Amino acid sequence: MIGTIALRELRSLFLSPLAWIILGVIQAILGFSFFSSVTQFLQHPDSRGVTAAVAVPVFGWAAVLLLFVSPLITMRLVSEERRNQTLALLYSAPASMVEIVLGKYLGVMAYLLLVVAMLVLMPLSLLFGGTLDWGLLLTSALGLILLLASFAAIGLFMSTLTQSPTLAAVASFGALFLLWIFDASVNLWGENFLSYLSIIDHYLPFMQGLFNSEDTLYYLIFSAVFLIFSVRRLDADRLGA
Amino acid sequence: MSGTVLVDVQGVSRFYGDHCAVNDISFSVSKGQVLGFLGPNGAGKTTTMNMLTGNLSPSAGAIRIDGHDILDQPRAAKAAIGYLPEQPPLYRELTVDEFLDYCAALNRIPREQRRAAREAAKDKCGLGDVATRLIGNLSKGYQQRVGIAQAIIHMPPVVILDEPTVGLDPIQIREIRSLIRELGREHGVILSTHILPEVQSTCDRVQIINDGRLVLTDSIGGLEQQMKSASITVGFASPPAHEALESLPGVTAAEPQREGRIRILYEPNRDPTDEIVRLSVEQGWKLRELRPGRMSLEDIFVRLTTDEVVSDPEEIQTTETKESTA
Repeated sequence: MIGTIALRELRSLFLSPLAWIILGVIQAILGFSFFSSVTQFLQHPDSRGVTAAVAVPVFGWAAVLLLFVSPLITMRLVSEERRNQTLALLYSAPASMVEIVLGKYLGVMAYLLLVVAMLVLMPLSLLFGGTLDWGLLLTSALGLILLLASFAAIGLFMSTLTQSPTLAAVASFGALFLLWIFDASVNLWGENFLSYLSIIDHYLPFMQGLFNSEDTLYYLIFSAVFLIFSVRRLDADRLGA
Repeated sequence: MSGTVLVDVQGVSRFYGDHCAVNDISFSVSKGQVLGFLGPNGAGKTTTMNMLTGNLSPSAGAIRIDGHDILDQPRAAKAAIGYLPEQPPLYRELTVDEFLDYCAALNRIPREQRRAAREAAKDKCGLGDVATRLIGNLSKGYQQRVGIAQAIIHMPPVVILDEPTVGLDPIQIREIRSLIRELGREHGVILSTHILPEVQSTCDRVQIINDGRLVLTDSIGGLEQQMKSASITVGFASPPAHEALESLPGVTAAEPQREGRIRILYEPNRDPTDEIVRLSVEQGWKLRELRPGRMSLEDIFVRLTTDEVVSDPEEIQTTETKESTA
């Protein structure tokens, strides 16, 4: 059931030009950033090695870029169904609310994983001329996937709140950006609660090759919380409170 | 009606804030029945249908679909329902085949039976020619048919259709109505509409809801009885005095009508027609016209839905109700 909904979501994404254009634009920008890193590395070889010098900056760029782009991917998940009044199809099907939410979430995650896969292909191309630090590459990719999982969960939740995809996109972008710059509060008050919440802070260790269960749990709990919020929000539709 | 009870609604109410949209209604639908659900706009038809299909939870009362409570066993109950909302839930970017395949999977039809289910649903709704076209490019009538196909693809015991013939051309309306009658043989069907002839031509039972309350539940047969209201209209070339007519056995009143016609009301089962004809010949009244009185379903509908409002002076909907039923 979850798979059915996820596949439909993924298919509908690819039936609109948006998903293709986003894939293309991301690939073009990250390709350029990768190209400039490689060129720089060839001119001034870095003692940290090619993975840290070339691959990791691409993951950094990807996180920034996807902060802007993932709200565009998630905005239509529920809001468009609400606007077109197609939610009744899901509500009256023998599927639970959890299945509906997870189906939609996994559909978007499949798309975002595709983005990550395309991104990972670029460092892999370096294998033609050398070796890679597999551990660092793996943690960076894992960190990005966890980061995107939380982006998607927030985006899905925002999409359940409104009928308008644009509103959902703006709201989730705002929420993500705010969570991102909580990081800056370190300059004001040092390490504090807000900076701990910052969505980017927990990503940085992954880019240094550190797999930290605390950071992993942060993303998992973050995503779970917003998925639960989404289920509750859709349930409230039915209760009409 | 003898078939198994498929839909059993007991004392269901629904509030939106303080506003009571549906007030303590109870009814049931058995296998092999088509129930027509009538009511003016805003009377609570759609709210009731949304509650039956699990799109809304009732504030009070219980709904059982094919023996499963919609709140306690939602999955089993929903598997037994096919629902076409007022606005058909269609994904415009999919083709008809893709969409029906998705609906088949969503309704947990086993993978190897999905193709057959899709073809059967397409056949029934006459969608064979448009199978590979995008739903968004289809005409309103075809979209409506896709909506119905979606509702019956898993052969549910209960089919609920909210205004299924809106926006169709007359030929399509006939087709859809015969499809509904066909469905009514093996399924229990609930049909919401405000097109009154549709009810008479397709339904076995009628139920009228007004202002959140059921004001009439009757079989079509019983309704026909009600509609043969106890009156005849007569016209004479040299009419007798009203007293002469009113004194006939069984006659309760004689009202003058336009162009010298007289409407004669009589007690049920004491039809004075023969007596009038006999007297007319004997006394030279020169009978020119004789017509049994007949209420239309519309008369009954208007009477029920507006009387109810008049008896409840707090509501100011009287004129609106009349207009919306016209």
